[in-house]
Amino acid sequence: MDWFPYFLQQLINGLTLGSVYGLIAIGYTMVYGIIGMVNFAHGDVYMIGAFQAMIMLLICGALGISWVPAILLLMLIVSVVLTAAYGWTVERIAYRPLRGSSRLAPLISAIGMSVLLENYVQLVQGPRPKPVEPLIRGGFQLMGGGADNSFVVQLGYMQIVIVMITIILMGAFAMAIGNTSLGRQQRACEQDMKMASLLGVNVDRTISLTFVLGAALAAVAGMMVTLYYGNNDFFMGFVAGIKAFTAAVLGGIGSLPGAMLGGILIGLIEAFWSAYFSAEYKDVAAFSILVLVLIFRPTGLLGRPEVEKV
Amino acid sequence: MSAAAATSVALPDDTLLTVEHLTMRFGGLVAVEEVTFEAKRRQITGVIGPNGAGKTTLFNCITGFYKPTTGRLSLHRDDGPPLLLEQMDGYLIGQKARVARTFQNIRLFPGMSALENLMVAQHNKLMRASGFTFLGLIGMPGYRRAEAEAKEKAVRWLERLGMVNLADDPAGSLPYGAQRRLEIARAMCTDPVLLCLDEPAAGLNPRESAELNHLLLEIRDQIGIGILLIEHDMSVVMGISDHIVVLDYGRKIADGTPTEIQRDPAVIRAYLGEEEKDDR
Repeated sequence: MDWFPYFLQQLINGLTLGSVYGLIAIGYTMVYGIIGMVNFAHGDVYMIGAFQAMIMLLICGALGISWVPAILLLMLIVSVVLTAAYGWTVERIAYRPLRGSSRLAPLISAIGMSVLLENYVQLVQGPRPKPVEPLIRGGFQLMGGGADNSFVVQLGYMQIVIVMITIILMGAFAMAIGNTSLGRQQRACEQDMKMASLLGVNVDRTISLTFVLGAALAAVAGMMVTLYYGNNDFFMGFVAGIKAFTAAVLGGIGSLPGAMLGGILIGLIEAFWSAYFSAEYKDVAAFSILVLVLIFRPTGLLGRPEVEKV
Repeated sequence: MSAAAATSVALPDDTLLTVEHLTMRFGGLVAVEEVTFEAKRRQITGVIGPNGAGKTTLFNCITGFYKPTTGRLSLHRDDGPPLLLEQMDGYLIGQKARVARTFQNIRLFPGMSALENLMVAQHNKLMRASGFTFLGLIGMPGYRRAEAEAKEKAVRWLERLGMVNLADDPAGSLPYGAQRRLEIARAMCTDPVLLCLDEPAAGLNPRESAELNHLLLEIRDQIGIGILLIEHDMSVVMGISDHIVVLDYGRKIADGTPTEIQRDPAVIRAYLGEEEKDDR
């Protein structure tokens, strides 16, 4: 049983990382579901969320607020609201004017938006990574560390917070899509946008709300990463975004439970690969999954096969 | 003949929809040309004509799928001036003008249950009651009441169509006839003033078709809205229409009660060809 403590530690790390990917992946999968485009700027919206959270953390420090729950709540509210506004704006200026044109146009526009957001943050925040003091330290020592000097398995408080928040948000989200009028409207637009519009559904507003919700979840992910790794830079959204996209494809793009599952799987794969093979090649492992899924199971794990529309 | 009798009681100010000089061109093709007619409240107005006569194009203009090349479509209301449908955005035609329609090839939301299909149609009311979802999520009583009412209405329609046992089945897997009925119910759940039905009897067997007639007459008499009906099945059109408009090659060739239409030489020519080469 020598291998078990090390394995357990990777499992904990992988689940934490996977929760973050899952939250970002929901934004990709919802947007793809409703308008059939990959929002390549979504990773950068997540980066914006991380920066908003960091700025709010520093403001709290400057104002002398030291009670941790209050700081967390302020970070959450500010980051979610402002990032949601970014999400709405991106859709409004970069995608809505292109609706009804070719499928390629919004895709290129999304890449442009991604470059724009990265350069904007590089310009106003500087290119150097910004270290952030961890707010929540410590954790449980689950195993080891005794007289025999065996491997120590740590479960950080921050890791618990991340996984708990992710579970709560995903649960609330699944409820919202399944049982509210907004969720029904979204699914209706997904299945037949013209028909939904004939029934009086304001399709433009539904799409805007989809972007706002996706951005809000990405903001939560950004805030948690800021507190967990504490190292923000303007380029952080690029790789995280593409990995979350991989997670969405792995789970079956367009499917919400798929995005959650895919996120967790990609997080686990990355953690185990870094631990047992090579940390340098962890991105290669994640993207090889993307290639393999696209070749052998393009609909993903939980995706429905594409049905020809008549 | 009770249908024909209803025509004479309709008041002159009961006009619901006026179509004036409607023309729709696609490049060089004229699909609808200078069509003018009226549809009244509490009446079923049938639109017939051979294949390619422009019936569906006419519907697409009325429901905002197409912007007509020229012409005017006014929807008359009890309160306020008439709405000009040709100038309205697609979703407002459903939301504000309250024109609902069904399709020749059924367009339900196949992945949603029958009940949910009927709930989507009522979402405008629900969105307002839920404070655009955010209040709804925290379970405000007003929202829960609105949601319960919407559900009750949906269930009432399912009962009326004898489909309560199918409420939770995905709409895409329902039997064909049930899908047809569900699509009409969904259109009715938007509280329309004008219901446009594009070949609702297509693919139905004679018994289902008779049930459909009964349903449409019930909607006309009990709910009192106007129905615009495209149909090839003559037993349906002649049986229940109060008024019939005949199109051929995009033009209106006749307009009148079923009995008048059946005797109209232009209609007979369009359907059966010239009398000389009558090859029936």
